[in-house]
Amino acid sequence: MVEQPTIDPMHQFLVQKIWQGPVFQVAGVTVDMSITNSVVSMIAGALILMAFFLLTARGQIVPNRAQALAEGIYNIVDKVLVTPIIGHHGRPYIPYLFTLFCVILVLNLMGVLLAVGSLGGLTLTFTVTSQLAITATLAVLTFFSVFILGFVKHGPKFLGLFAPSGMPLPLLIFMVPIEMISYFVRPVTLAMRLFGNMLGGHVVMALFGAFVVALGIAATAGGLSTLLFVPSALSFAMIVALTGLELVVALLQAFVFTALATVYLNEVVNFGHGH
Amino acid sequence: MEAEAAKLIGAGLATSGMIGAGIGLGSLFGNYLQAAIRNPSAAASQQTMLFLGMALTETMGLFSFVVSLIILFG
Repeated sequence: MVEQPTIDPMHQFLVQKIWQGPVFQVAGVTVDMSITNSVVSMIAGALILMAFFLLTARGQIVPNRAQALAEGIYNIVDKVLVTPIIGHHGRPYIPYLFTLFCVILVLNLMGVLLAVGSLGGLTLTFTVTSQLAITATLAVLTFFSVFILGFVKHGPKFLGLFAPSGMPLPLLIFMVPIEMISYFVRPVTLAMRLFGNMLGGHVVMALFGAFVVALGIAATAGGLSTLLFVPSALSFAMIVALTGLELVVALLQAFVFTALATVYLNEVVNFGHGH
Repeated sequence: MEAEAAKLIGAGLATSGMIGAGIGLGSLFGNYLQAAIRNPSAAASQQTMLFLGMALTETMGLFSFVVSLIILFG
């Protein structure tokens, strides 16, 4: 009789130190420069992106496979998002949106495809985008660059965003706070959406993985419990299906994050054009 | 009832807000499919709007998820 492993689906999200770096204080805030499994995954993601960039930097008239992939991703950002939503005024912002899309996509896909688990209690591959700190950084960066761009482009007139035109004054008293809340909750929703989707998907996958092992071990007891191999195999089939679903979710969430960033940019770029 | 038990029950109850998100997503994709089958040539042009609507609807479910996380760990 093999001992039953404990089911702990949240273990995969644990940030563990691999190398203890220098710890120092900056303006009263403790900064820990340690290398964790999260940092390793982020560096790996950055290396993948850089390698991809180097592979596709020299454009050819007849594209090779990597270039065709890169052009496909670029077309998603340009032809599906920026041009229909913002129009040709949005072209200067394509580099940022393209970077955003690529970073989120690579980090999401690494979490799904490289989910090989742990080595000696240390989770090696790690879904970076399932950490709220990372998604919040991306969301806050996107939101405030768009917000500041609004003031740079339109000056104080940009505050008119919170007062819909043609609104009678009594209603305006209620509308302005509501508009402000719904505007400033945007980075929160951006961060929570990516975080929640990645966390939820990986918890479900880890749970079904634990079912396979736990039911399989229980089935080895012999007798009637041998029948437990059936739900164990079903759980395994479920993991295969869920991995496919997670691949779609990884792509979709990268797309949704970029699409919402594009919509927020559109309000700034086409401000006061009746869009 | 112990406070810890009430906390767990509350976290579970808070996730019932996802019912609304489920209904919303179902109605969203259902209506999109209905319209897409009636006029397939216009379907592709509205796909971006579909995903935007999906993202915004999902937000409501995620809020309840956040509330339950706050109850559990906050």
